[in-house]
Amino acid sequence: MEDWTVTHILFLVLSAVALLSALMVVLQSNPIRNVLLLIICFFSIAGHYVLLNAQFLAAVHVIVYAGAIMVLFLFVVMLLNLNKETEPKRPAWEKIIAVTAGGIFFVTLVGALKGADTLMRNTSDKAVYAGDMKIENIGLVESLGKVLFSDFLVPFELSSILFLSAMVGAVMLGKKNIK
Amino acid sequence: MSAIQIIPIEWYLWLSAALFSIGVLGVLFRRNAIVILMSVELMLNAVNLLLAAFSTFHGDPRGQVFVFFIMAVAAAEVAVGLAILVMIYRNTKTTDVGFLNRLKW
Repeated sequence: MEDWTVTHILFLVLSAVALLSALMVVLQSNPIRNVLLLIICFFSIAGHYVLLNAQFLAAVHVIVYAGAIMVLFLFVVMLLNLNKETEPKRPAWEKIIAVTAGGIFFVTLVGALKGADTLMRNTSDKAVYAGDMKIENIGLVESLGKVLFSDFLVPFELSSILFLSAMVGAVMLGKKNIK
Repeated sequence: MSAIQIIPIEWYLWLSAALFSIGVLGVLFRRNAIVILMSVELMLNAVNLLLAAFSTFHGDPRGQVFVFFIMAVAAAEVAVGLAILVMIYRNTKTTDVGFLNRLKW
């Protein structure tokens, strides 16, 4: 790397925030702090989406994750009154095995992906799908909407059925006495 | 000008691999079922980030549409998973996954 631009620095800062907060999610033993740190991690991933020119994805990510999913987590943690005292602890030997297994998994992943960059460089040049769209605009609503409602119409409708069944399932599970 | 023209795609690969490994570590390291569900969300997000990066890299919007579907499935999964967790807590007064070991060999 000979010339460092603002984009490089932004990428590195966002990555550092995402990785550190993700690591703290695992290591902190207070569930409320876990939820809040995970929200920080999700916001930095939204920043990554903006860097990638996927603005609509960034907006949806913030709305769905920070606005819906993490609020649900926060509600459940507060509803069940979980805190540092009620937090179940693993014995030390299990923690050592967990860290070893996670580290070995990471090393395996890095080893498997190490040679992939040359392969991608060779195949990336001709794979341009955007059509009449400019390549910078593929992350905008217009291009995504066109693809979503032409190529992916059936999966889109199926996901609404998935949501309906998930809603019914959640309500049924939440009922006090199921007949 | 997109970041993908400046930043090498491998950087996104390593970042996503690290985030996914942290998610795996979280599933193995913690006993609180809510934190384990959160770690699963972290793994899904690592995959989402890599899908978006490759989508921009190849100039193909279909990758970003896939991210939408993953988000939809994740939202449904969290709703049902947390409902199950609340039901378990109501019956056992704990969210410890070590307590629920009757299906273990």
